[in-house]
Amino acid sequence: MAERESPLVPVYRPGSHGNFAAGAGVRLLETRPGSIVQAAAWPGEERRLAAAIAAVTGLALPEGPGAGAADGRRAAFGFAPGRVLVVDQQDGLAAMLSGAIASDIGTVTDLSHGRTAIRISGDKAEWVLSKLFAIDFAPAAFPSGAGRATLHHDVSALIQRTGERQFDLYVFRSFARSFWTMLCHAAAEVGYEVA
Amino acid sequence: MLIACPYCGPRDVAEFTYQGDANRPRPDPASTDLDAWNDYVYQRANPAGPHREYWQHSGGCRSHLLVTRNTLTHEIAGVAFVRSAPVPATKPAPAAPRKRPASRKAKP
Repeated sequence: MAERESPLVPVYRPGSHGNFAAGAGVRLLETRPGSIVQAAAWPGEERRLAAAIAAVTGLALPEGPGAGAADGRRAAFGFAPGRVLVVDQQDGLAAMLSGAIASDIGTVTDLSHGRTAIRISGDKAEWVLSKLFAIDFAPAAFPSGAGRATLHHDVSALIQRTGERQFDLYVFRSFARSFWTMLCHAAAEVGYEVA
Repeated sequence: MLIACPYCGPRDVAEFTYQGDANRPRPDPASTDLDAWNDYVYQRANPAGPHREYWQHSGGCRSHLLVTRNTLTHEIAGVAFVRSAPVPATKPAPAAPRKRPASRKAKP
């Protein structure tokens, strides 16, 4: 198995940065999940796909656009009709999902090496993300567990709220270093801590 | 301009890609009717008012959408998934293909 190297290494500087004199407004972390997998259902098979994901991950996916769930180790959310991103801190999720999702239900695509996962948490997380993405980050519009597909300057991002003041972002690996740098610039105003 | 994606909700137009007029009936692929293909490729109604058009939410869920947009005001009257929307009927192939114009000579 190929050893995975983070694209953020040259720009990932643990510690406090920016305007943090009054405390860091956000905390940034690359979560490095072992598995990032896209599962897609054929039209009409969405419920069977959700049942298969629940059987593998233990996450009950609510119905409806962008609905999702997260338990700290595993996460899943819809980001397009019939499509769900499933994430696990452990390796091997793609094989487990392939075993549970028969070819008459849908398809499984392993994106583990193609996406970089970034977590932003803290009181100012909504504020910082609102500078980058033209979507509503208020809890009423973007509840916990829910996911959104959007982009910033043509860099696509999948975003899931995994806590009251915490979001997980999935960006293309090849854009991740640029995106991380921009996220740090956006967070400098409120002060940020890289874990 | 905001387009209310049926999956993602209202999003900025920058997330969408225009994919053209949704009123063109595509001729039967087997057709050799030059007029029908000429209409399909080049002719547009260009209305000043409501207009049915295809958009893709390329910066979001990547769904193909059928949008009814007012070309004067940019007011969006309706958005639906293309998959669930009626498409313009295909023009049947005519019985006899149209003859080539006389000015176009066949090569010897």
